[in-house]
Order: sequence, then structure tokens, then C-alpha cells
Amino acid sequence: MANVFEIRDLSSWFGENQVLKKIRMDIARNSVTSVMGPSGCGKSTFIRCLNRMHDMTPGFRMSGEILLDGTNIHSEKVDPVYLRRRVGMVFQQPNPFPRMSVFENVAVGLKLNGRNLPRADISEKVERSLIMAALWNEVKDHLAQPGISLSGGQQQRLCIARALAVEPEVLLMDEPCSALDPASTAKIEELIEDLSEKYTIAVVTHNMQQAARISDQVAFFLMGELIEMDKSGKIFTNPSDKRTEQYITGRFG
Amino acid sequence: MTGAITFRRKATDRAMKWVFYLCAFLVVLPLFLIFFDLVIKGAKELRWSLLVDLPHPVGEPGGGIANGILGTVVITLLTMTWSVPVAVMSGIYLAEYGRGKFASAVRFAVDTLTGVPSIIMGIFAYVLLVLPMKRFSAWAGAAALSMIFIPVVVRTTEDMLRTVPTTVREAALALGIARWKATLRITVRTAWPGILTGILLAMSRIIGETAPLLFTALGNQFWQTKLDQPMAAVPLQVFTYAISPYEDWHDKAWAGALVLITMVLLINIAARVLTREKR
Repeated sequence: MANVFEIRDLSSWFGENQVLKKIRMDIARNSVTSVMGPSGCGKSTFIRCLNRMHDMTPGFRMSGEILLDGTNIHSEKVDPVYLRRRVGMVFQQPNPFPRMSVFENVAVGLKLNGRNLPRADISEKVERSLIMAALWNEVKDHLAQPGISLSGGQQQRLCIARALAVEPEVLLMDEPCSALDPASTAKIEELIEDLSEKYTIAVVTHNMQQAARISDQVAFFLMGELIEMDKSGKIFTNPSDKRTEQYITGRFG
Repeated sequence: MTGAITFRRKATDRAMKWVFYLCAFLVVLPLFLIFFDLVIKGAKELRWSLLVDLPHPVGEPGGGIANGILGTVVITLLTMTWSVPVAVMSGIYLAEYGRGKFASAVRFAVDTLTGVPSIIMGIFAYVLLVLPMKRFSAWAGAAALSMIFIPVVVRTTEDMLRTVPTTVREAALALGIARWKATLRITVRTAWPGILTGILLAMSRIIGETAPLLFTALGNQFWQTKLDQPMAAVPLQVFTYAISPYEDWHDKAWAGALVLITMVLLINIAARVLTREKR
């Protein structure tokens, strides 16, 4: 199937406050999809619906359907724990587990998801994940150091390695670079491109240049609505909607 | 004019700083006074036999509080074997799951229990255990102490877990880790130094408690390791010696108090050392 996610009429509310309005969107396999828009447009809320991170938020509710490979992720058959193993997430602030070493940070998902892997397998997967996250060379001699002793950019790549270690199919990234300096940002962007060969990636960003650089397709959100979604080349040169054009040319947001 | 105002502001600033310093000093002063007083008065009876011998009868020199030290250790460990898991898990409930009326009720009850005078815990355990069992026992003492220990640890555990950022919980769940595992192996682990400190501080609190043991463990002049029998404890012995009319027992009370405060001090130091962040 070409689409990993098919989102149908997704609306959501925090209490009385409607945050998303009838979103329809397809996310294609092994592509990078950016979700951009001004602050408060619902883009983070949207992406967190895809791995059911809102399940525990009091007052949150939603309507519509989110299909992952054709299965509604809210159907009884789907356990959110398994869903999240297939759909990993990287957060806005680098959030390595405090009091865990670099190694443990990457290994912990493998250790705690009940598969009882032999130690050697875990080491191997940790190394592979760190290599994929382009962090291995920098940390291979410091695996026992606390994860939080790394620099901000390294911490974020550690979080990416941590997410990759459990071998998800999809990687959701919620403004992964907004807390990083330009050099680290460039590294992460490069990494996203490399990873898109094997993974389906959805990135939230409020940075248009970033969206243009990394994505195959871009979705533009405004006030909880999906204004338009198109190929990255098209949306930045010839947007269909006036509001997209206004946003791109810096009229608001 | 401006100069004078500046001068006054600076003077006030300096004066206030000294007020803060002085208050902080007054807070720590009693600890030093108590400790030095105990060292001076307790030194007289402080010898090796105090730690290894049974109490001697009045007037007979020597003798110790070894059975009390053993009793304190036994009763404390007994208390903690069930109180630590119950308290920590209740704290986890309050911090991680506790929303709604039941949680508020638990929180209120725990706060109230923290404020209940410890002698009432003793009376309660007396009614609950000593009367039906028809004897004073270490069990009853431990039960009374649990009621002091648990509420303190529940609240410190909850508070410590609340200092763990939401982002840590989210990161754990996003890895596809079941919630109970994420809670125990990641969130609790993150807050563990604080939780452990709370446990050790509550432990040093119950080691010194006397009132809850008066009608429960009762005290004992002999070795006793059976948990369904009256058991000695250092604070009980200090109490017995202190209210006696005999001069040499008074000296032993001072020495016992010194032993007690040293135990408490050691636990507090252990709390510091164990929970120091390893870098």
C-alpha cells in the first residue's frame, strides 16, 4: 500500500476548545511529510494523534478516523503500546532519560518491551541505531556516560537513536530542531533525508526553509484546518490557496 | 539626596541579608547544641559494654542497651518491609494515576495522618493488636510505627515523582513501553534518589519515636527476637532510664540518647551519600 497513514475527517478538542477541524490527509510510505503552520495551528496536536499520545490527556477527545495500513488505530484490535512501537516519536526538547547512560537510553526500549532479547542482540541494535542516528562516532567511547551529559544536538540524535532502536515503521518528529543551533539542525535535517529511505517520516516545523529542504510533501495548517497539502516544490512556488501564499511570503505567522 | 537614598538602600540590603543569615544559623544551632550536650552528658556511660551488654539492675554499675539496639533494628526493619512498598506504590498512584475524588480523599487522609500525634498511633495499635493478641509485641510496635512512616513516604514519593518532567513519561510511552513498566522502570528510576531520601528520613524519624512503642512493643530488659513478644527499643530504654529516680540510670539515659542520635545522624549521612548524583 502506498499510504501508511490515511487520516479521515479528524477533529479534536481539548475541553470545549476545538483544535483540529476535519483534517483529511494521506501520508505516503518512505516519504518525508512536513506539517507547517504558525504557532497554535494544531500541528503538534495533529502529529500526536498519530501515535495516540493524547490518550492520557484529560479533556481530550476526537472524532474521525486515522488508518494505519488500513486499520483504524482506535479500533479495539489496536493496543496503543504496539501502535507506538510501530510509530515512534521524537520530541521538541531533547529528552534523554536522566540517570541513564547513553547506552541505556537507546537500549531501554528494547529491554522494556517484553521481547527478552539476548544481551548481544541488544548491544548490536544499540550500535546500529546510533550509527543510523549519525551519533555512533561521537559517543562510541562514551557509552557509559549519562545521556544528559551530551550536547543538545547530540541529545536529540540520541533520542532519534532511541526511537529507531525499537524498529518502528514511522517516525513522528515534533519540531525536532527548534531547540538546536544551526549546525545541529543541519545534521538532523541530513539525517531525516537519510532515514526517509527506510522510514516514513512526519515532521512538524514552523520553519518554512526547513520544510522546503527536507520534505517530499508539505501540509499547511492554519487555525486547526488543513489549508493545503502538496509536493514541496509546488507549495513553495505556486500554492493553490491564498492563505498559504500569505504565510509563505511572511504576511502572518 | 540621591546619595543618601542609595546609602540607605544599601544599608537595608545588607541588614536584611544578615537577618536571613541569622535565621538560618538559628535553625541549625539546636542540632549542634543537642549533639554537644549529649556528648558531654552521655560520655560518662559511653563505653563498649553499652553497645553489647544487657541492662543491669539499678545500682549495679555497667550494663548496656544492646537488646534495645537490636530491638530498634528489628522493629524498624519489620516496619519497613511492608511500609516501603505500600507507601512508595501509593505515592506512585497519587502522582501517576491519582485524579478525581478518590485521589483527593487519599491525599487528604495522608496529610491528616501525618499530623496525628504519634501517641495516638500507639493507642490505636494497642486496641487493634495488643488487646486481641493479649500481649505486647514487636508486631504491634511495627504497626504503630507504620502509621507514622507510611504517610510521610507517600507524600515525599508523590512530590519526587512530580518533579519528573512530563517529557520523560511521554518519551517512555512513545517507545511502546507498557505504562506500568514505564512508570516503574523509568519514571520512578528518575525520581529514585529523592524517593530514597524520603524513605531514609522517615526511617530516622521512626527510629527515634517513643510514644507509639509505649503500649505496643512495651520494652524488655532481656534479649528478645520473637516478634510476638514485648521487645526493647532504644528510645523506650532512654525513656525508662530518664523517668527513673536513680542517678546512674540518668547517665545511661544520656548515653542511650547519644546512641540514638548517632544512629539518626548516620542514616541521614547515608541518605546524602547514597543519593549523591554519580557523575
